[in-house]
Amino acid sequence: MLDFLTEFPSLGRRDLSALRQGIDESFRTFSRAYGEQLEAFFNPLLKFLVWFQDLLTDAPWPLVILVIALLTWLGARSWKITTGTVLAFLAIGILDMWEDTMATLAMISVATVLCIAIGIPLGILMARWDRAQSVITPILDVMQTIPSFVYLIPVVMLLGIGKVPGLLAVCIYALPPIVRLTNLGIRLVDREVMEAAEAFGASYRQKLFGVQIPLALPNIFAGVNQTIMMALSMVVIASMIGVQGLGVPVLRAISNQYLALGLMNGLAIVALAIIFDRVSQTYGKRLQSYRETGRE
Amino acid sequence: MSDPVTTDEPKVRIRELYKIFGDMPQEVLAHVCQGMTKAELLDLHSHVLGLRDINLDIPARKLQVIMGLSGSGKSTLIRHLNRLIEPTSGEIWIDGEDVLAMNDKALRDLRRFKMSMVFQKFGLLPHRTVQENVEYGLTIQGITDGEAAARASRWIDRVGLSGFERHYPGQLSGGMQQRVGLARALATDAEILLMDEAFSALDPLIRTDMQTILLELQEELHKTIIFITHDLDEALRIGERIAILRDGEIIQASDPQDILMNPADGYITDFIKDVNRAKVVRMRTIMGPGGPAAGAPVDAAETIEQALPKLHAAPDGLCPVMRDGRQVGTAGLDAAIRALRPPAASSAQYS
Ligand SMILES: Nc1ncnc2c1ncn2[C@@H]1O[C@H](COP(=O)(O)OP(=O)(O)O)[C@@H](O)[C@H]1O
Ligand SMILES: [Mg+2]
Repeated sequence: MLDFLTEFPSLGRRDLSALRQGIDESFRTFSRAYGEQLEAFFNPLLKFLVWFQDLLTDAPWPLVILVIALLTWLGARSWKITTGTVLAFLAIGILDMWEDTMATLAMISVATVLCIAIGIPLGILMARWDRAQSVITPILDVMQTIPSFVYLIPVVMLLGIGKVPGLLAVCIYALPPIVRLTNLGIRLVDREVMEAAEAFGASYRQKLFGVQIPLALPNIFAGVNQTIMMALSMVVIASMIGVQGLGVPVLRAISNQYLALGLMNGLAIVALAIIFDRVSQTYGKRLQSYRETGRE
Repeated sequence: MSDPVTTDEPKVRIRELYKIFGDMPQEVLAHVCQGMTKAELLDLHSHVLGLRDINLDIPARKLQVIMGLSGSGKSTLIRHLNRLIEPTSGEIWIDGEDVLAMNDKALRDLRRFKMSMVFQKFGLLPHRTVQENVEYGLTIQGITDGEAAARASRWIDRVGLSGFERHYPGQLSGGMQQRVGLARALATDAEILLMDEAFSALDPLIRTDMQTILLELQEELHKTIIFITHDLDEALRIGERIAILRDGEIIQASDPQDILMNPADGYITDFIKDVNRAKVVRMRTIMGPGGPAAGAPVDAAETIEQALPKLHAAPDGLCPVMRDGRQVGTAGLDAAIRALRPPAASSAQYS
C-alpha cells in the first residue's frame, strides 16, 4: 500500500517499450510509404533554395553587396543603416565567411518568404473565425515551446538530412509569431472603422484588403521581424541536420573548442540579425507614417 | 401615437421592434413582451434589453431626431435600419421593402446605394487621405476612379475642406474630421442619412457650426435624415420630428413644438424644463384662430423671442400670424407669456 504512494504506478518496462516501439514502427512505416512522395513534394522548394544559394555565392561579391545595400536603402531610407550594412558585409568577406553567410542568407530569406506565405493567410483565418483561433493557438504554443531537437527527429526520419528538412525545422520554429501577430493585428483594428466599412456595404474582401490588412500592417511587420529573428536563431541547430551556412563552423568550433572561430561566425549571425531587424523595423515604421498627427 | 396622419408612405417604417442582447434572446423575449422591465431582465435572466416594442414612421425628406440619454438604445435602434444589428423580433420597412427579408447581396446594395452613415467618433480610415476617405463609398459602389475623384472633390468643397484633400484624418481637428465623415456619407448620393451622435464629440462652438452646415445642406438636398443625439438643444434646433427613447422604449414621437407644449409624461416634462422656450416655441404653436388683430404681422415660424417686440407693441396685444402671405391665426402677448412657462413638472409620475 505504501509502495503505491511512494512509487508512481508507472507502466511496466515491457509495456512501455512496446508502446514506444509501436509508435516508432508505425511512423517508420508511414515514412517508408510516403517519404518519397514527401520528398517529391518538397523538391521544387529544394531546387529553388539551391538556385538561390548558388546565385548568391556565384555572383561577384561587389554586385551582391551593391544589391544588398540597395535593398537596405529601399527598406530603411537611412544612410546610417545602409553604411553599417555594407561595412558588416565587407568585414564578413575579409574574415572569410562570405560563402557561409550567403548560404545562411539564402536559407533565411526562403524560410521567411515561406513563413509569410503560410503565416499571413493562417492569421487571417484565425481572425475571421474564433473556431480557427481556438484550434490553431494551442498548435502554435506547441510549435514555439517544444524543444527543437524533438521535432528534428520525425523531420529527419521523414526527409533525411539536408536542406529541406533543415528549412522545415526552421519554419516550424519561426512560423508562430507571424501567425499570431497577423491575427492580433486584424483583431485590433478599430471597431468603429470596421463598422463604417460595413455600413458602406463593403464586402468581406473589401474589408480585408481595404481596411483590415492595411491597418494591421504594423503588427504584421512586427511578426515578420520576429519570424526572421527566430529563423536566424535556428541556424546552428539547422546545421546539425545538414544545412550549410554559418551554423556549420559554429558547430565545429563547439566540438573542437575553437573560441575565435565560434565567435566570428556567431557575430556574423548577430550582424545579419541586426541588419534584418533595423531594416524591417524602420520599414514598418514608415508604413504607418500616417499616424503622425502633424499637429500639436 | 400622436403623429398627425401623413398621406405619403413613410420612408422608413419600424414595427414592433424588439432587441435583447444575450445568449438566448428568443427564450426571454416572451417575458419582455409581458412587460418585464430592463432591470428585472438583467437581474433574473442576465439579458440586456436593448429595444422594446419600437413603432416609428419616419417621413421622407425630413430630419428625424431620436433622442435619449446614454444607454437608452439610440445606437442600437439606428443600427437596425441598415442591419448592423439584427433584431430579436419585429419589422423594418424601407421604401416598402422588407429589410429583414433581404439576403446578403440585397443588404449590401441597401448599404451601398440607399443609406449612408456618419459616426460619433468619425470612423474614418486613418491610412487614407481625406480625398480617399470621401471616395470610399463610391469605390465600394464600383464607380470608376476618375468619376469618384471628381464627385469626392465636389463634396470636399461643399463641406469647406478644399485644400485638405491630401491630409490624413489624424492631421485634422475633430470638427474637420467630421466634415470628412459628412462628405463621405453625402458622396454616395444615398437618400437616407444615418447620423449616430455625429456632433456629440465636438466642442460646443464647432457643434453649432456643424448643425448649421447640416441644415444648409438639408435645405437643398432634402434627404431623409435620422439624427441621433442626447442633447435636447441640438434636437430642438435641427429636428423636424423628435422621438424620445428611454430604456429602449419610445415614450413620445412628435414634432418638437408638440413635445414642448404637450410632454407625454413626467420624464419628458423634466427633460424639457430647462429649455429656453423663448428661442424654440414658435408663433404657429401659440396662435389662436384668425380674427382681428391690431399689431404688426408676425410669421408663423417666428419664435417668441423674435416676435415679442411686435406683440408688445400691438395696441390690443394681438398680432396676425402669417404664412406664405396669408393670415392663418392671431397670436397674443398673453399666450406667448403663458407658453414661456414650462408645463408643471410632475416628477412623481416616473420612478
Ligand atoms: N453588444 C451588446 N451587448 C450587450 N448589451 C449591449 C450591446 N450593445 C448595447 N448594449 C446595451 O444596450 C443598451 C443600449 O445601448 P446603446 O444603443 O449603445 O445606447 P445609446 O446609444 O443610447 O447610448 C445599453 O444598456 C447597452 O449596455
Ligand atoms: Mg450611442
